[in-house]
Amino acid sequence: MKKHTIAVIVENRPGVLSRVSGLFSRRGYNIHSLAVGTTEDENLSRMTIVVEGDDDTLEQITKQLYKLIDVVRVYELSNISAVDRELVLIKVAANESTRSEIQQIVDIFRAKIVDLGENALIVEATGDSTKIDAIENMLKKYGIREMVRTGKVSLARSEETK
Amino acid sequence: MELTGAQALLESLKKEGVEVIFGLPGGQTLPLYDALYSEKGLRHILVRHEQGAGHAADGYARATGKVGVCLATSGPGATNLVTAIANAHMDSIPMVAITGQVGTSFLGKDSFQEVDITGITLPITKHNYLVKSADQIPNIVKEAFYIASTGRPGPVLIDIPKNLQLTKIDFKYPESINMPAYKPTYHGHPKQIAAAAKLIDKAQKPMIYAGGGVISSDAAKELLELATKISSPVTTTLLGKGAFPETHPLSLGMLGMHGTVYANYAVTECDLLIAVGARFDDRVTGRIEHFAPKAKVIHIDIDPAEIGKNVSVDIPIVGDVKNVLCALNNHIKQKDSHSEWVAQVLAWKEKHPLCYKSNGGLKPQAVIEEIYRVTKGEAIIVTEVGQHQMWSAQYYKYTSPRTFISSGGLGTMGFGLPAAMGAQVGKPDKIVIDIAGDGSVQMNIQELNTMVNNKLPVIIAIMNNQYLGMVRQWQELLHGRRYSHVDLDDNPDFVKIAEAYGAQAFRVEKFEDVEKAMKKAIAKRDGPTVIEFIVEREENVFPFVSPGQAINEMLVD
Ligand SMILES: Cc1ncc(C[n+]2csc(CCOP(=O)(O)OP(=O)(O)O)c2C)c(N)n1
Ligand SMILES: [Mg+2]
Repeated sequence: MKKHTIAVIVENRPGVLSRVSGLFSRRGYNIHSLAVGTTEDENLSRMTIVVEGDDDTLEQITKQLYKLIDVVRVYELSNISAVDRELVLIKVAANESTRSEIQQIVDIFRAKIVDLGENALIVEATGDSTKIDAIENMLKKYGIREMVRTGKVSLARSEETK
Repeated sequence: MELTGAQALLESLKKEGVEVIFGLPGGQTLPLYDALYSEKGLRHILVRHEQGAGHAADGYARATGKVGVCLATSGPGATNLVTAIANAHMDSIPMVAITGQVGTSFLGKDSFQEVDITGITLPITKHNYLVKSADQIPNIVKEAFYIASTGRPGPVLIDIPKNLQLTKIDFKYPESINMPAYKPTYHGHPKQIAAAAKLIDKAQKPMIYAGGGVISSDAAKELLELATKISSPVTTTLLGKGAFPETHPLSLGMLGMHGTVYANYAVTECDLLIAVGARFDDRVTGRIEHFAPKAKVIHIDIDPAEIGKNVSVDIPIVGDVKNVLCALNNHIKQKDSHSEWVAQVLAWKEKHPLCYKSNGGLKPQAVIEEIYRVTKGEAIIVTEVGQHQMWSAQYYKYTSPRTFISSGGLGTMGFGLPAAMGAQVGKPDKIVIDIAGDGSVQMNIQELNTMVNNKLPVIIAIMNNQYLGMVRQWQELLHGRRYSHVDLDDNPDFVKIAEAYGAQAFRVEKFEDVEKAMKKAIAKRDGPTVIEFIVEREENVFPFVSPGQAINEMLVD
């Protein structure tokens, strides 16, 4: 099913995250990822939510979100030109013989090794979700011990009006 | 002015025009009740169960159009309100529920009588607040009433920790609201209105489907104007009863699962369906693909999320129903009387009237018709949930808004008796009748005590069929008569119970005695009357559209 990226600007009030996430689970919408952070306005937070569903579902989600008193603005970012980023930390098994191979992969993806241990290292990468998927795939064969992805954040390009 | 949080709350309520609160005290509302002790400007009605307070506030709101207010302590007091809040939420009723909460230093520690009531009521309130500091109280109350009563109305809960009720604040009631993110749309888009008018002008077989939104937006007059102007038959939902006079020739009564044959036929055959303040609920539409299959659809509603939720719509108009109908009425040109269509509809009405067989014992339908006759159609009818509710919708004719009060979306047994109490408080001069089932009435019967103490002349007309009748009907028709746990033949003696509470009470077994009992009940103005009607046990509600069937495929007997 189609994935949509929506940005939800909310007032920074207690409970607002549970209001939004509760709405998704209650109405049976599938959240693929959700990232929350502060914005240029200290009273507002921004949630970037990737959801699966057809266009009708997306329309309902948008309208239901607007019914929440704390929701200021909802817009879809998948149909317009936007900058998408996600950050990942991957702890990969590595020993002397595999370390340099991993280093090569990391270089190709313009990622970084941010921690090094006897048997493992941690790779940090940022990029759009396809790039993150790709590096994750490449590192799989060495053995991924632990991984965390932040979920996508997204901003419309400057020439696009919000 | 320096006030405690508790006093500030009461002052704020008065500023909002609140006259009455339904509530019951407890540990975490002690400061509030202490402030109430010396409060002259607010009436507090002490209920016997917080669910009763919630439904009473709801019934008060439905009867008056004002915001209903209920008050409960933390923990079990708050959870007892939950059903009533959900009920108000489903039917878009303006209500403010206030709960006490454990002190802020006890929050989150599983303290005595602590529950996360804002968490619990998140999906069943329009909005809710946990007060974090006492000086927020005036602003929160202002916002709560504004949210509850504007846009699509609904319940709002305010949870107030005990220590904040005692904290002194400098009280100043805000003059204005600052809620940039909350802006309901009141006026329909002119383009949409023009497009709708065009469709209406072209329609050959128009049909109006009116819901509770017509009543909450006070648009009955505008609806009547539209219907007569375009000669369109009108059907209403359960909550739309009273939005259009059922004595009018164009009225087709209710549609849907227990709707009239002619309303369901007309919806199935119409070429234009004008949905006004209604939400295409599954009890209305039956099998959705077969609902109004030949019609273009205009959908007028204040809640954008209702548009396209259940059916796809040709012309959506988001706005306050009254404003939109006004604008639409000014736009429409046509004077066509649709005589062929109207004649067809009237022929269906003639051929398939609501009916029941008058053999055997006392028929509940006949009792309700008699109640209609005796009250000249001027009572406020409140119902519980079940067969008696549907008969009350079918056999009493409603001609003005806010005269039929029933739990639609949630279908809450136990709603009627406390809701009737609230309605009577709001409309002291009206005859208020709770048409009840023997099952439902036992769910909040304790409020008889409250009615007696407050001298409220509510009439509780129990249609005693000694069954959870509606469930029995489904078991009969859909489960091969396997009557599983629906038999109530061990009911208590309702007359004795009522008398023990201090109410006047009669038992009626013969049709000839209905009028006399009703007149006696109506004559008593200083307290409630319970009339137990011993009715035919296995009477069924017809028409009946089985769940999942098209609405024109009805069982009629
Ligand atoms: C609180 C609650 N519990 C259960 C139900 C399911 N239910 C719907 S109608 C009904 C029977 C109601 O019986 P009664 O009040 O005697 O009315 P009757 O149908 O016999 O007229 C039941 C159990 C409900 N609607 N509400
Ligand atoms: Mg019964």
